[in-house]
Amino acid sequence: MTEETTPPKRGVSLTAQIIIWVFIAGLLALVGFGLNRARNPMAAVGDRVPDFDLVYYKGYEYNGTAQMKLSDLRGKIVVINIWASWCKPCEQEAPELEKAWQFYKDGNDVVFVGVDYVDTPAGANEYLKKFSITFPNAPDLKSNISSILNRQMGVPETYFIDREGILRNVKIGPFASPGEIQSIIQSIQ
Amino acid sequence: MKKSLYILSFVFLVSLLFAGAAFAQSSTPPTDDQVNAVAHKLYCPVCESTPLDVCPTDACKDWREQIRTMLAEGKSEAEILTYFEDQYGARVLAEPPKKGFYWLVYLLPPALILAGAVILFRSMKAWTTVKADAPNPVEATSAKKDDYVARLEEELKKQK
Repeated sequence: MTEETTPPKRGVSLTAQIIIWVFIAGLLALVGFGLNRARNPMAAVGDRVPDFDLVYYKGYEYNGTAQMKLSDLRGKIVVINIWASWCKPCEQEAPELEKAWQFYKDGNDVVFVGVDYVDTPAGANEYLKKFSITFPNAPDLKSNISSILNRQMGVPETYFIDREGILRNVKIGPFASPGEIQSIIQSIQ
Repeated sequence: MKKSLYILSFVFLVSLLFAGAAFAQSSTPPTDDQVNAVAHKLYCPVCESTPLDVCPTDACKDWREQIRTMLAEGKSEAEILTYFEDQYGARVLAEPPKKGFYWLVYLLPPALILAGAVILFRSMKAWTTVKADAPNPVEATSAKKDDYVARLEEELKKQK
């Protein structure tokens, strides 16, 4: 007669396994939810640019308005230039941008908006004064605008948005002349 | 008498308030150590993973100067950190804020360590039980050996 022996239980019990799997699934769901919430919608050429707030620097408001949404500029061609005072290539194109703005500003059909990417207010103020910039300028608070515009390489980058709010052109790096800016604007007019 | 005591107390409190404000404005400029103590709790908004107190770029120097200015204006460390978070986002904070999604950073590691400890404890307990229930390998071997020796001796006897 043989004596039957039951093998001893080893490892983690079923209840513990269920708890562990539920914990892991919950954790993954939480991480996914958080990442999805943190992610901004991004613009692509040919698509409508998701709306964002512009809180202008004092002295660089648009028609006396200190705060507005991008959608408030619908009906105009919007040129958004992302820059920073610590960025050397930005200095190269700053006079060209100002010259182009001087060409368009009276027409009231094209709006230039400078977006100052991670900068100090003092540095930004000094930069704007140094290059005698007169077009509207706003800080990129929490890098929200550059994130929505899907900034790719660094600064400067310039985004051309048409009257319907569609992103038409992206220039990475500095402009060589005002003519280069004008030719892009003409192509989307 | 009571009335004049009230007035005197009021004047004293008001003068204390003004004295505090004056002290905040006229105190000595912040030292590099004070600036770096705050900058150490921040990361450079532009360069990846570089604490602001040791970041060598011109932009970081500007940010440290900004901290110096804010300290001189009487701003507290918490106010300066909040300002930087509002301007550049939570990614510049060396210590993630204890709110919303960031709670995971604080809760997850202890939870995982706890879960690991529970699993390890249970596994070790199971291994110990198995060892206690299993037959002694030395005894089992000697019993087998005795059996074999007995059979061998029996066969030898038969041959004799």
